[in-house]
Amino acid sequence: MKNGITNVLIVGVGGQGVLLASEILTEVARVMGLDAKKSEVHGMSQRGGVVTSHVRFGKKVYSPLIPSGEADVILAFELAEGLRWVHELTEGGTFIVNDHRLVPPITATGLFSYPEDVMDRIRAHAPDAKLVEATDIAKGLGNPRLVNTILLGVMSRAIDLSEEKWLEVIERMAPKGTGELNKKAFLAGRSS
Amino acid sequence: MEMLLSGNEALARGVFEYGGEFASAYPGTPSTEILQTIARYFKDDVYAEWAINEKVALEVAVGASYGGARSVAVMKHVGVNVAADPLMSLTYTGVGAGLILVSADDPSLHSSQNEQDNRYYGKFASIPVLEPSDSQEAKDFVKAAFEISEQFDTPVLLRVTTRISHSKGIVSLGERETVEHGGFERNITKYVMVPAHAAKRHKIVIDRLEALKEYAEKTDLNRIEWNGTDVGIVTGSISYQHVKEAMPEASVLKLGMGYPLPMKKIATFAAGVKNLFVVEELEPFYEEQIRAAGIEVEGKKYFSNWLELNVDRVRDGFIEAGLLDASVKSPNASAEPEDVLPRPPVLCSGCPHRGIMVAMKKLKLYTTGDIGCYTLGALPPLSQIDTCLCMGASIGHAFGITKAGKTEGKVVSLIGDSTFLHSGITSLASAVYNKATTTNIIVDNRITAMTGGQDNPGTSRTLMGEETHAVDLKAICRAVGVEHIREVDPYDLDETITALREETAREAPSVVITNRPCMLFPKKIKDAPYTVVLEKCIACGLCFGVGCPSISASDEKNEKGKPKAEIDPLTCTGCTICAQVCNSNAIVPLEQ
Repeated sequence: MKNGITNVLIVGVGGQGVLLASEILTEVARVMGLDAKKSEVHGMSQRGGVVTSHVRFGKKVYSPLIPSGEADVILAFELAEGLRWVHELTEGGTFIVNDHRLVPPITATGLFSYPEDVMDRIRAHAPDAKLVEATDIAKGLGNPRLVNTILLGVMSRAIDLSEEKWLEVIERMAPKGTGELNKKAFLAGRSS
Repeated sequence: MEMLLSGNEALARGVFEYGGEFASAYPGTPSTEILQTIARYFKDDVYAEWAINEKVALEVAVGASYGGARSVAVMKHVGVNVAADPLMSLTYTGVGAGLILVSADDPSLHSSQNEQDNRYYGKFASIPVLEPSDSQEAKDFVKAAFEISEQFDTPVLLRVTTRISHSKGIVSLGERETVEHGGFERNITKYVMVPAHAAKRHKIVIDRLEALKEYAEKTDLNRIEWNGTDVGIVTGSISYQHVKEAMPEASVLKLGMGYPLPMKKIATFAAGVKNLFVVEELEPFYEEQIRAAGIEVEGKKYFSNWLELNVDRVRDGFIEAGLLDASVKSPNASAEPEDVLPRPPVLCSGCPHRGIMVAMKKLKLYTTGDIGCYTLGALPPLSQIDTCLCMGASIGHAFGITKAGKTEGKVVSLIGDSTFLHSGITSLASAVYNKATTTNIIVDNRITAMTGGQDNPGTSRTLMGEETHAVDLKAICRAVGVEHIREVDPYDLDETITALREETAREAPSVVITNRPCMLFPKKIKDAPYTVVLEKCIACGLCFGVGCPSISASDEKNEKGKPKAEIDPLTCTGCTICAQVCNSNAIVPLEQ
């Protein structure tokens, strides 16, 4: 944390739900009475491309973009995307990655291959990087779609925002009829 | 009440709160959500429509303004080029009720063919430019823009960038305020731009600009934030935010009104600091004007006009200038990013553009392309789109290359339905008139897809959700003189290849129209998936060549170690293109 600002970088692949997750986090910060901004780029990235969302909150936030190497927390929804952005983590920052691989179609051309030893390479930058089996936890709760909320729960432990507000915002922003289930998923991630 | 809003949502909210009654736009990233937000939340108070192109969007908004409605025309930066014709004379006529032209620029070309700086349009047209620096200002500046427009009888350019449009911040909301205006009042010398009237109006524009310069000196849109006297920074738009974070000790002159500049205020500011800098994204728009006014200043020497700025780039510039210590940067800022495979955007699974790409490739045609999802066909493995310049250019390109007569092989043009309506019709009429023999493909997926699925005059729905007439593309082609018009099913490769072979052989202009809808909009389409029979797959790689995101290399290899294919049943839509290119009959419907 620099100048009282918390910087969270959420990364993944188009279609994984990065934007909703970062929206929820930013909204929790707002209802806590903090200044909050988030930034990402829409457009071509949605066609299966790389998606990153910068969330910043604190007393007063100016730039919506996190400066290089100053992410206090990185949450990666996918392994290779975690590796792509791990260098943005600040010294002693928290790195959380879902144990999930999405192999892009470009590998079929033979020009590129999906990286090997992803966790080892991530831990070279972030020794305490946490690998989360979110898919297994989601299956345990009976719904594979809960992966993102579980990951938010895991991440929430690294961030000073109240559990009550998290649950309030998740209830409000989760798709209709899934509020209770998503709150359960959040708590499962938070206590995992 | 407060809400977290994107710049685009806040701008839409501003149009609602400050008495806007009329909004017209052509979709274009990063501007699209402005009109969508108006149509979704405020349509009881603000009329919103998709125009056929940006020129028309501005013209109808001008009409609404002449007719007494506070109006906005919204477009991406390159859209203003299309609307430049009305704009450059609109500045002479002035407005009726307040009129705002919103230009959403795209520094870093996140989704554009260039990164032009549209502040120059303000100078070019002698109209004021307002530049919000966050979501709150995106809303607030709509009020200022309407008021300036009405006070000075001028259109106002409200210029945002991708980073403003698509960042979210906290915005305080207010109630809707309305302003009373009467209807259109005949005023022939003001509104009829014939030479005699226009010459008089030009003088009014020149005087108006002088009055606006005085306004710029007094308005609180431009404010000095005094701090240390070592460094003074003139900045605006998103750069202001980066500057405040990177240079907390500096004094800042924040320009909310980017044109005309408050040169007296800038001179006062310059006199109060030792070193004056301009930090602005893209071109040296402020810098050159400030230097021309005889004030010593640095800018582009340290802050490049290439791509978006951010906190790092602002810090780097001041470190280079010797005014900031390099230790402010995180020790990790210089960490080399890991080399990770790219994820270029691709045509969706089942995209109807894929079949036509594969057919053109098979026939070894050159393809002049246009603006839309199909531009993704330029990327490997398809690599089938050979040009992309601007909306509607494909038809003219194919005609020009063919007419030049120096190219071996056939050239076809490829354009989408929305882009054809936007500015392809005139090109086709011109080509036919000039005795073209080219084949022009219209990939008619019945939606404006690239920007997220907007309706257009071919879809039979308006932005406000009403049923309406759908333009008949074939009738248009016939009317401009194309005799050979063929509809093809792009999921039938043989039919598509035959049609293209026959039409390109013809010594007459032709149009081939594909008839499958977009897979995503207005609703997702998914038929039963296909699968690869691994025993039959010989790992030839032909199916990889269609560039479908549902097809990937499996762990099974052939005797030479080449990977066999597999298909993801969750995303495969059953379009069958891969099955049609497979020579081994290895791709078959998945038994459910």
